[in-house]
Amino acid sequence: MDSRLTGPTRFFPRRLALGAAALSLIAASVFSQMTLADDANTTGLAVTPTEVTVGQLHSATGTMAISETGSIQAERLAIDQINASGGILGRQIKIIQEDGASDWPTFAEKARKLLVNDKVATVFGCWTSASRKAVLPVFEKENGLLYYPTFYEGLEQSKNVIYTGQEATQQILASLDWIAKTKGAKTFYLIGSDYIWPRTSMKIARKHIENVLHGTVVGEDYYPLGNTQFGSLINKVKLKKPDVVFAAVVGGSNVAFYKQLKAAGVDSTKQTLLTLSVTEDELLGIGGENMKGFYASMKYFQSLDNPNNKAFVEAFKAKYGKDSVMGDVTQAAYLGPWLWKAAVEKAGSFDVDKVVAASPGIELKTAPEGYVKIHENHHLWSKTRIGEVQADGQFKVVYESDLIEPNPFPKGYQ
Amino acid sequence: MEWLSEFGAIAAMQGFNGLSVFCVLLLMALGLAIIFGQMGVINMAHGEFLTIGAYTTYLLSSLVQTWCPWMQPYYFFFAIALSFVVAGAVGWVVEWVMISRLYHRPLDTLLATWGLSLVMQQAFRSIFGAREVSANPPEWLMGAVNLTDAIEIPRNGLFVMGLTVLMTGGIFLMLYRTRWGLHVRATVQNRIMSRAVGINTRKVDRMTFALGCGVAGVAGAAFTTIGSTGPTAGSLYIVDTFLVVVFGGAASLFGTIASAFAIAQTQSLSEFFMSGSMAKVLTLSIVILILLMRPQGLFSSKVRK
Repeated sequence: MDSRLTGPTRFFPRRLALGAAALSLIAASVFSQMTLADDANTTGLAVTPTEVTVGQLHSATGTMAISETGSIQAERLAIDQINASGGILGRQIKIIQEDGASDWPTFAEKARKLLVNDKVATVFGCWTSASRKAVLPVFEKENGLLYYPTFYEGLEQSKNVIYTGQEATQQILASLDWIAKTKGAKTFYLIGSDYIWPRTSMKIARKHIENVLHGTVVGEDYYPLGNTQFGSLINKVKLKKPDVVFAAVVGGSNVAFYKQLKAAGVDSTKQTLLTLSVTEDELLGIGGENMKGFYASMKYFQSLDNPNNKAFVEAFKAKYGKDSVMGDVTQAAYLGPWLWKAAVEKAGSFDVDKVVAASPGIELKTAPEGYVKIHENHHLWSKTRIGEVQADGQFKVVYESDLIEPNPFPKGYQ
Repeated sequence: MEWLSEFGAIAAMQGFNGLSVFCVLLLMALGLAIIFGQMGVINMAHGEFLTIGAYTTYLLSSLVQTWCPWMQPYYFFFAIALSFVVAGAVGWVVEWVMISRLYHRPLDTLLATWGLSLVMQQAFRSIFGAREVSANPPEWLMGAVNLTDAIEIPRNGLFVMGLTVLMTGGIFLMLYRTRWGLHVRATVQNRIMSRAVGINTRKVDRMTFALGCGVAGVAGAAFTTIGSTGPTAGSLYIVDTFLVVVFGGAASLFGTIASAFAIAQTQSLSEFFMSGSMAKVLTLSIVILILLMRPQGLFSSKVRK
């Protein structure tokens, strides 16, 4: 008797809950159908009168988490700030974060999920060229919008991507000109990790050194990703005595390379070195004292002295701790949400085609790196700067170029 | 003439570099030589035990820096000892919880330890953050010793060399001159018979595995002076480590030494004459060719199977 009584009474509320859930689901779908008619959104994106959903797609786990963590943090900071100042077109930004897990097929799959299932208005994400190449067909097919933060090798331009980092010629040419002029450099030794970005960058550097600077490349070497022994290479550098070592070594190899240079007695008093791949982030692992006096070519350094950057550094440290550092890519990632906000407001719509059409010509005067502007080719006009490594892990800016036009398909450099 | 002396200097430094790579390879392979060579356990998480050593060194380094900076020049020795203890202790637990249940399924250990390595990597990432960290090696370890004006020998290379000689010597003594070593070798040759004559093979297994992991921890501590410390730093070494042990012939410590030497010299020399990537290709091709002819590796213990 007891069991017959308690059975149904226990069951009944559950059924009621199910029913309520179903009802609310129906209500929600009706509600979202209604919002589709909103004038700011004509393409079925996840936009309601109070909220707009965006995607964030980086590696929070796996090998690349080392590099991508800064980008994730910077994008969140920018979005928080935009929300605090009233959002975009009166809507608060909601983030759906997906983890690419340092695996390129996973990136493609998550990109499809964000665009097709979640119908996000835009995505901030990717870091390596490999992950960008993996998601590119997805973004082009589903007509999504991606803000990509990393400096990269160029040779790409897509309607569906805004590149907020520098392409190779922006980063390389001005810095080579500077080092040739101030150091009187004539001979160069090119060193890189063995994959597309260093190889393409070095190809551009070699053409520029030989054809424009009329110098000589006395050595060019590539090491497998993850290589940890650079003794032979360092001996070769000692033998060839180049005026400048031009380096694009990445990842764990980076740390090994500079520690072993220091241990072999090759420091800035004896050798000029210019790198494309060391930011404040990498210096955490390498240790400033191991690289003191070497140069890095970037568009942004944490030590930049301007009011925008002061506010950015302060806000970043307030959110993520006083010991956190901001590198070039972190800053470029921070630009993404702001550039998107400006484009959406100019277009008066979240519609991808309209936002893309509104993008060229968008200016950002509040960027920590200073002034940037979106070019017709979806890259940014930006300055290139040379930083000298200090023992405390920061850079001292020793050179700043004029605003450089992005040129992802440089003639005569391919 | 000046050219000749310079050439001599480079040759000397290059020779030292070969020895230095040899010591690095040997040091990272020693732990695996014990675990894989003696016990037949394919420990894919070997690299992560190196990482444990590296992080232990990093922790001690930051503790010393905040609490007693005067210790800075000496802390490294404590760090190495502590790395041995910590990595060994983790190894002991891992053997107890996981490996001891898989001795009869050697191929499953491959999968289980691979999983373990992923779990450990993510654990490092959650505890220490995804970014790389830098343990401050003592000042006397960085920089070079100038033998002549032109010949500069890296100090950390010398240090790793000394440490490798010490560890290898120690392991030799333990394996061939102690009662415990006798038990290990007996267990390797015939587990059932060893048990029959009263050797506690479970205890021997646990100690051997812990020792191998401890040695990996020492290697990890030493490598903070030449490489990176991050959640996935250990995975940079795992391929080379297996290469050395397999090429040397599994159950032979001599083989491991010989193979580390051969691989290091080939690698170092070819890197001098060609690009790093091509040097790797050449080295691996030679190793594959020799393994085709001698599948058991350079040296193999003569045991009736």
